[in-house]
Amino acid sequence: MSRSQPALSREVTIVNELGLHARSAAKIARLANRSKASVWIQKGDQKADASSIVDILTLACEKGTKITIRIENKADFNILAAITELVEGGFGE
Amino acid sequence: METEAQEIIIKGINASPGICIGKAYLVDRQGVEVVPKYRIQDKELSNEVKRFKAAVKNAKDELRKIVEKSPEELQHAHILETHMALLKDKMLYGRTIETVKQESVNAEWALKKVVSNLIEVFQTMTDPYLKERSADVVQVADSIMHNLVGTKKVNIAAIDKRVILVAQDLTPAETSQINLERVMGFITDRGGKASHTGIIARSLEIPAVVGLKNATASIRSDDLIIVDGNSGTVIIRPAEDNLVRYEERKIDYEEYKAVITSESKAPAESADGVRLAVMGNIELPEEVFALLNYGGDGIGLYRTEFQYFNRADFPDEDELFNKYKDVVEVMHPKPVTIRTLDINGDKALNNQFSAEEANPALGLRAIRYCLKKPQVFKDQLRAILRAAAFGNTRILFPMISTYFEICEATRILDEAAESLEKDGLPYNRDIEIGAMIEVPSAVIMADVIAENVDFFSIGTNDLIQYALAIDRGNEQVAHLFQPLDPAIIRMLKHVADVAREKDIKIFMCGEMAGTPHHIPLLLGIGMDELSMNPQTIPDIKRVIRSLNVADTRSFMKEVLKQTTAKSTFELIKDTYGDILAEQLYSG
Repeated sequence: MSRSQPALSREVTIVNELGLHARSAAKIARLANRSKASVWIQKGDQKADASSIVDILTLACEKGTKITIRIENKADFNILAAITELVEGGFGE
Repeated sequence: METEAQEIIIKGINASPGICIGKAYLVDRQGVEVVPKYRIQDKELSNEVKRFKAAVKNAKDELRKIVEKSPEELQHAHILETHMALLKDKMLYGRTIETVKQESVNAEWALKKVVSNLIEVFQTMTDPYLKERSADVVQVADSIMHNLVGTKKVNIAAIDKRVILVAQDLTPAETSQINLERVMGFITDRGGKASHTGIIARSLEIPAVVGLKNATASIRSDDLIIVDGNSGTVIIRPAEDNLVRYEERKIDYEEYKAVITSESKAPAESADGVRLAVMGNIELPEEVFALLNYGGDGIGLYRTEFQYFNRADFPDEDELFNKYKDVVEVMHPKPVTIRTLDINGDKALNNQFSAEEANPALGLRAIRYCLKKPQVFKDQLRAILRAAAFGNTRILFPMISTYFEICEATRILDEAAESLEKDGLPYNRDIEIGAMIEVPSAVIMADVIAENVDFFSIGTNDLIQYALAIDRGNEQVAHLFQPLDPAIIRMLKHVADVAREKDIKIFMCGEMAGTPHHIPLLLGIGMDELSMNPQTIPDIKRVIRSLNVADTRSFMKEVLKQTTAKSTFELIKDTYGDILAEQLYSG
């Protein structure tokens, strides 16, 4: 692990077959709802509130899409890590 | 010709194959489409918001009741829980309340406006699966709307005859209330192949045509209809000639299906008479029927994680036992290989470890997790031993990486058996025990681990990941994930040789086992059993029947001389290309 200050955002690729569908979005929203400050998901120039399933769905992330997960408060590093892990792990599908 | 003028033929999307002819049963949603708009006085706005919140709460309670009432429908329960979360979603719930306040309008109108805007966004999407997810949002909004306007829902639980269900769209909540034995087919206005209705129909193996747009407008309850799920055609009030034609087609199709099935139900015997068990991997008890239909000789891998997800507590022993018993009883005398919990931090309940593990693949998962949580482990082992009293059961321990772990696992299994003895509950301890071989250290120590088990089952997905140090989810290196890498083949060969020497059985349950062009190699190595996704079973059986095991053994000698994955693949293609032609060039 790097010793430098971890970044406030992480770029990840959607790997699960079905992309960010309702169930996977619900898993992200569940984590994001526990954050101290806002958590955002960015796809290109579109941005969604990670605590809203609907907002995540409107990003239309298919398999292979690159997204950036962004937090606003350092206290939410664990949430950033957990969401990253969830996405990279294909939501356990 | 006058009477035939009534016949209407409409085309939709063929979501599930098969043909059925029968009476229509219309599931309508009247009263929801017409939404009134009226102005709310400023001083009444907070009451209007309250009315909306109450409707959401009622919708939530309704959903919760359905979730609680449908323990058998695990797949539904999952979708329903997503719906529960959607009910309180900012973009739906929050925006509707904002709209009521900002525009001083009634809640029905505000909700409809918010949902219409969302649907527009979804309609611009190109991915069909994601596009269809707007259906989830619409269904959730509908259930709130029902509670706002107070329309009564059609009670589909009360259907008491064999019918063809006709609906605009079926929500998971609705389908979970249907007595599915009464349904011979589905027709819906909305939806595509990946819709919920399509999934249910395919798992029940009954025909479905979806995306018909206005079927509900042209069909009345009790109309005679023909559903052709092969071509996506629906014929309403068919004329006699069509009725006769489709009766014949229906018989033809059923015969064709019977041939395919009977062929796949026959054992897989090689050209020189060697029999190989071709098994299926399952995750849900509901998958058992499809597995048997595809001709599975048993369950080579029953993943048990599902019952542990998305809940606040661990499932209790009885709950687990009932599920395992269902599967074991239906499959008997065919074997059911139950893999003990292969959970890792991020999948575990409450996500209590998720944020802390930087490297979950190398972290606290599977047997490591179970040995750290002996009570959780023991509950599951007791449930398995009890189910074993009802049919042919095996236990498979995942992710064994040391001899110590398999010793501990068997010790706790013995304790579980002793405690059942004390409690006077029926159980069966005399069952086969296996170790998953998916960590390189277990490959090296296979001869030692073999002393404690009756079989090995090679999990190729993880073995390849760990042996080649490749994370398949990382696109920079994903192409290096090569089942045919000589290192992997030598490992497989080693494990199989040890198994033979120690006189225990050798199985494989990873994706490698379900890939036709790997089969000559796996036969040559001497696998006793292969387990795969149920739908690939017929194909793998077909490949096995066309091979000669004696030939594959000498072929293996050539394979072991190869130095790269590419040359191994070329060798397979050159030797067995004719048999495997379809797969090699399409895949």
